[in-house]
Amino acid sequence: MDLETSKAASPKLPHTVVDRVVLPSESHLTESAVPVAERYALIKSEAAGVQLNLGELWHFRELLYFLTLRDTKVRYKQTLMGVAWVIIQPLLTVLIFTLVFNRFVRLEAGSLPYPLFALCGLLLWLFFANAVTNSTHSLISNANLITKVYFPRMFIPAASVGAGLVDLTVAFLLLVLWLLYYGVALSLQILLLPVFVLMMTLLALGVGLFSAAVTVKYRDLRHALPFIIQLWMFASPVIYPTSVVPQRWKWLVVINPVAGIIEGFRAAITGTRFDWLHISISLGITLVVLVSAIYVFRRLEDTFADVV
Amino acid sequence: MNTAIKIHQVSKRYRIGGLHPGYMTFREMLGGLVTAPFRKFKSLNGSQTLWALNDINLEIGQGELVGIIGHNGAGKSTLLKILSRVTKPTTGEVELFGRIGSLLEVGTGFHPDLTGRENIFLSGAILGMRRKEIERKFDEIVAFSELEKFIETSVKWYSSGMYVRLAFSVAAHLEPEILMMDEVLAVGDAAFQHKCLDKMNAIRQQGRTILFVSHDMAAITRLCRRVVLLENGVVTFDGEPREVVKRYLSSSLKTGAIKEWGSQQDAPGNDVARLRRVRVRTSDGTTTAVVDIRQPFGIEITYDVLAEGHALVPVLEFYNEEGTEIFSTHDTSSNWRRQPRPAGTYTSTVQIPGNLLAEGSLVGHVSIMSHFPATMLHAQERNAVAFQVVDSPAGDSARGDYIGPMPGIIRPLLQWTTE
Repeated sequence: MDLETSKAASPKLPHTVVDRVVLPSESHLTESAVPVAERYALIKSEAAGVQLNLGELWHFRELLYFLTLRDTKVRYKQTLMGVAWVIIQPLLTVLIFTLVFNRFVRLEAGSLPYPLFALCGLLLWLFFANAVTNSTHSLISNANLITKVYFPRMFIPAASVGAGLVDLTVAFLLLVLWLLYYGVALSLQILLLPVFVLMMTLLALGVGLFSAAVTVKYRDLRHALPFIIQLWMFASPVIYPTSVVPQRWKWLVVINPVAGIIEGFRAAITGTRFDWLHISISLGITLVVLVSAIYVFRRLEDTFADVV
Repeated sequence: MNTAIKIHQVSKRYRIGGLHPGYMTFREMLGGLVTAPFRKFKSLNGSQTLWALNDINLEIGQGELVGIIGHNGAGKSTLLKILSRVTKPTTGEVELFGRIGSLLEVGTGFHPDLTGRENIFLSGAILGMRRKEIERKFDEIVAFSELEKFIETSVKWYSSGMYVRLAFSVAAHLEPEILMMDEVLAVGDAAFQHKCLDKMNAIRQQGRTILFVSHDMAAITRLCRRVVLLENGVVTFDGEPREVVKRYLSSSLKTGAIKEWGSQQDAPGNDVARLRRVRVRTSDGTTTAVVDIRQPFGIEITYDVLAEGHALVPVLEFYNEEGTEIFSTHDTSSNWRRQPRPAGTYTSTVQIPGNLLAEGSLVGHVSIMSHFPATMLHAQERNAVAFQVVDSPAGDSARGDYIGPMPGIIRPLLQWTTE
């Protein structure tokens, strides 16, 4: 029975395939869609050391897009409120912090109304925290991919950061509404806003790549991460201004790149003076973190499939 | 012939045991932390490592269909993983000339929450296709999968059959110049298996390179003209399927096409009868481990009769690889079955007709019994001989033009009429 049915179906199946396929001898001429890079590959041993291989990242760039799309779509599937969560999350957090730090503790935040002040910080911070958390888990939750098919693994945590960036863009709507509500006058400095978002993205990517790579082998980091993130938030001027930090703790603000980025982000909105020195230090540290994270990731990458 | 794959001195080492070798008390753990840096070196040299592959050298030409066979743990999957760049070799290099596609698993990169359409793009991109390429082939992929109606449905609502169909359609449209296929693919239903094999045949006819990995000897001997045998991470044979069958049988069934006993003391038997030699032979008398499914062949038993007065009957029993007994046979045709036999050396041969057995490995048990003066077992040798029945793609066997797997322990060629 089986035999008969499958035989009857067979003429149709291979033919759809055969029509398209070009013989190898001609394929070099006709299949221009396949770039030369795919035609030859040299697989080196582990001993060959770390290769940055930027060309390969470029070659697979569309995959980053599809993985980001997947992470974004999947996150809010089968939820009642869907994308609304992107707004609700920072909104509720701001309300809580306003209640505690502004109403109870009477913390003032300079020129900005406290809720707006906190929102500026929290938007960037929640993006950073979510991006780092998601990328840390990303390699492990994509183990089925890592052990089955080759592509630049860096894209998996990068897609987590990318999906966070999509969320941030949506959440920006909230910020725009609040700016209108409070009637904040914007200066030309607002044009520098994307620069700080970019810096935060690079930092999140750096920290995310590093923790993702390390977590593959040492799962400990997964458990330690919530504490680290929480501690990091309180060590950053997310819900309080840098001005309230005592002098002897100021160095912590200086070396914390999150602080420089968030302060710069706020300054771009309020039009107050940029602390260029602090921003430059943050940028420098961000780049150092990113470059070393890429190096560490590339180093450990070869072993992912064996240990994940 | 141009080279498609060049594997040069590839070895792969795994560390076994890993990070947590069993339970540890807190104190041991502290101690472990101190000695950790030293232990690392020790374990590298010691028995904690496993060479999954050891100095593999292979060159595969464009358009070759090469089968890679070996037992579980022989290193097949590791080799595929290295070729598909999932993991890197510990030492050595591989050169690939051409776009490589692997069907190691269907549904790589599928996400249950995404729709069929979304998954086609995602999975395609993960397998290395460009967006434009996927867009161009999209309708074809959907048509091939026969899932037009469900393409906007989340794949988690798909039946497993639908899921596999969609997944395979994506993979089948990858158009690699070098295709690697794992036997895992054979897990699907019969129709799906047929699709896989059809696809493989189509690709082969276009002169593309295929690596087919399996421990299914039958499929490999039928489809491939070159077979590589992997044993414990080493290539122990590389050549004609017929030759590799011999090696494989001797390593898996611990026996071959012929078994001979040098001295009478070692031979199985008692003081009435002792075996001397058992072999599988073709009709022209040569010993063979590979039997064409269409051709008759013989099992020849040579034995010494040491005491006269017994009516001796040689008995043969055949088992397949799963341990199912296929049939048993004993001498009913010769006059000796009721007649007491004088001492001497005898050779009994049974002819097994062509187009009877199914393809696969068979192993034969040999016994010498008597019914007179008493029913008695005189000599017995289990796993005396083994051979491989190989089906032919020529079209004149019971499989006809069908190239997929056929169930059943026998495969008679029967007459069909349709009116």
